Amino acid sequence: MRAEIISILLMYVKAFAVGGAICTVAQIIINITSLTSGKILVYFMLAGVVLTALGLYQPLVEFAGAGATVPICGFGYLLANGAIKGAEKGFFYAVTGPLTAASAGVTAAVVFSFIMSLLFHSKPKRN
Amino acid sequence: MTGKNAQNYNRNYLKYVAGLDPPTKHFKNCLAAFGVGGLICSIGQFFRYMLEYAGLSGDELAAAVSVILIFLGCLLTGLGVYDRIGRHAGAGSIVPITGFANSVTSPAIEFRTEGYIYGTAAKMFTVAGAIIVYGVFSGVLVGIIYCLL
Repeated sequence: MRAEIISILLMYVKAFAVGGAICTVAQIIINITSLTSGKILVYFMLAGVVLTALGLYQPLVEFAGAGATVPICGFGYLLANGAIKGAEKGFFYAVTGPLTAASAGVTAAVVFSFIMSLLFHSKPKRN
Repeated sequence: MTGKNAQNYNRNYLKYVAGLDPPTKHFKNCLAAFGVGGLICSIGQFFRYMLEYAGLSGDELAAAVSVILIFLGCLLTGLGVYDRIGRHAGAGSIVPITGFANSVTSPAIEFRTEGYIYGTAAKMFTVAGAIIVYGVFSGVLVGIIYCLL
């Protein structure tokens, strides 16, 4: 029981450290190159796809859990993982796999955003 | 003012402007990004444990955690809280999946004045569209490569 609690707490620490480290890398890149947030999101997502395809991201997910899946690289991991799993079943599933795997996230973003746009008005920017 | 005098004047003025520019606080920026990004991931881990306890597993679990975080990201953006977090946290609020949700909701709300079709619906994908385009394209490439191997 005690070992279980320690392992759960350790998992939180790992998720915090790995997730925070990924965000820090992004912040350093922003500080140096002043890329816009959209470009950062695309590059990190692509990094997730490439690392997953090379088999380097899966160990990180097993190590850090949400620390690796919550950052946008985790979205790339999801896409590439869908493709890799689909490729075992055949060409058709290899091509449709990525979007199938990402469907939950994309659907949630679209549906919730539309509801929020009905509920809220845009606020004046405060600085 | 002509010639050298003007040059001096310009140089002094540029120096004055550079002096007023607040220095970029690299270390503080990174610390804030680490803290906020880590915190969001820990919250994700919390939901992971909660849903695992509720009996979800595998892909379903990962998808459910993303959906909850996206919902929170959309809600906080709608309430105007997320932009305030983002001003201090920088990449710490951009890189997690909640930042993706923010990039969808924010233009959806902002461009509602331009109508529901060309405003909300079309502008929703200004940033997310790029992510989906390159994500699907690179994902399909990975699928084809794994098929051929």
